[in-house]
Amino acid sequence: MLEIRNVYKTFNPGTVNEKTALDGLSLRLEEGDFVTVIGGNGAGKSTMLNAVAGTWPVDSGNILIDGIDVTRLPEHKRAKYLGRVFQDPMMGTAPNMQIAENLALAARRGDARTLKVGITRAELAEYREKLKELELGLEDRITAKVGLLSGGQRQALTLLMATLKKPRLLLLDEHTAALDPKTAAKVLELSDKIVAENKLTTLMVTHNMRDAIAHGNRLIMLSAGRVVLDIAGEEKKKLTVQDLLQRFSTASGEEFSNDRALLS
Amino acid sequence: MANLASFFNALPGAVSQGLIWGIMAIGVYITYKLLDVADLTVDGSFCTGGAACVMLITAGYNVWLALLAAVLVGMIAGMVTGLLHTACGIPAILAGILTQLGLWSVNLAIMGMKANQSLNVANHELLVSLRYLQDVSKGERHFWQHPIFVAALFTLALVVILYWFFGTELGSSIRATGANPHMARAQGINTNFNIVLGLMISNGLVALSGALLAQYQSFADINMGRGAIVIGLAAVIIGEVVFSHIFHNFGLKLIAVSIGSIIYYVVIQAVVSLSEINTNYLKLISALIVAIFLTIPYWKGKYFAKPVKRGGSSHA
Repeated sequence: MLEIRNVYKTFNPGTVNEKTALDGLSLRLEEGDFVTVIGGNGAGKSTMLNAVAGTWPVDSGNILIDGIDVTRLPEHKRAKYLGRVFQDPMMGTAPNMQIAENLALAARRGDARTLKVGITRAELAEYREKLKELELGLEDRITAKVGLLSGGQRQALTLLMATLKKPRLLLLDEHTAALDPKTAAKVLELSDKIVAENKLTTLMVTHNMRDAIAHGNRLIMLSAGRVVLDIAGEEKKKLTVQDLLQRFSTASGEEFSNDRALLS
Repeated sequence: MANLASFFNALPGAVSQGLIWGIMAIGVYITYKLLDVADLTVDGSFCTGGAACVMLITAGYNVWLALLAAVLVGMIAGMVTGLLHTACGIPAILAGILTQLGLWSVNLAIMGMKANQSLNVANHELLVSLRYLQDVSKGERHFWQHPIFVAALFTLALVVILYWFFGTELGSSIRATGANPHMARAQGINTNFNIVLGLMISNGLVALSGALLAQYQSFADINMGRGAIVIGLAAVIIGEVVFSHIFHNFGLKLIAVSIGSIIYYVVIQAVVSLSEINTNYLKLISALIVAIFLTIPYWKGKYFAKPVKRGGSSHA
């Protein structure tokens, strides 16, 4: 359902800071795939997600969602297919708007914004129910400004916003990296639950190898802007961190290096 | 105490002016606070509104039609700034400065290449006029033709419309654009379109304010908008400082801006009436007032902050 075909992206071309982030990347996701993505520093993990989301145009190659070529579609138009949660908890919500208002904005993802009332009474009741499922007590603070929430609460809310209107593809970009271990585990658990309940096709970037192994049905590893490992099914279930490091060196011919992965 | 008497005599005029400029300040609020853009177009579009209004009324058009035309030209000015910013990638402040500069010539052209154009109050029935203020106090006109009454009515009507609009899907998406453009785009909101639309609405209000002021003072002048952005910011900030603890509702916040503008004009009037100051120093005083009001919250946060725990990520 998602197809990345031979995509190239170079940042700051022609300068000393030139960096080829995607180097002929190809990847194909089947309906219902929950793919975890790992890779070293600068392997192109976030770049891949941003290429799919349309944050900037790619240099060449094609990106297809449900067989529709979205390569030239601007970010806001692709949004109708995508639910996104960012690494930075500040990125996914409007801080000076209410929890309910943020949800109402997300509920209209992909729709034309009209002069109809921005949030209806029926919606409020629906959002309360949905917030209850997060078990963070947010249902009682529905008119509170999102800026007052903690990082973990914001990520949970962003996750709900990303899936409030069922996306064709959910993009999780190291969405627990900025949280403390306990909160990160909770948000991850919530992600699993939401993905399973809605049978969402998901791409989840993580720096934590254990998480990458424990979640999803398929694991890919990126190195220098390409997929170097693609492990699925039974093989993935039996995987250990040691295996992964070993197979990475064989596949890419270098040591795995990711500051955060080594520390976690 | 002749000075004090002159201050009280001038008070209704100051309040009227404050209310009229308050409409411009509400426009500034939309860009500065909601869109998070400092839009310098207003110094030009304020005069554009005044010039268009005076020329049309002089040409014999209906006063309401002249106001509508003023709003439309203001919106076009806002659109130009918006497109320079979004389609051409020019930083918002510079885009505003470019439009403002260009409008100088446009405004002169509207006024038939003259630096000012006056409006004969005796020949036209206006909505607001300094003359009517005097007429009402002499009992020659109905109270509802008093500029304070008319301007307050305009303000209220606009606040109601804006309150409704920014509660709609489209209005909410404009607020989201200003609050967090990343989030807005991720939710499928066309942020570029919204920035242009926001600037159009803002400059439409600014031009309306200019049109009302031109009627009030019965002339349009090429310099009438000079420093308008500073007055607008002053009103926004004064309104915020005075009312932020009581007014949380969006509509009330807009009214706070209008009251902020009135306070600004009353203070300026007090300075003029109670001291022997040369009025040419008013711009300097305005700049100082705004600088001080912008400094206070910054210094408060920097030097007098209470040691509270920052909203961290430790408790989800």
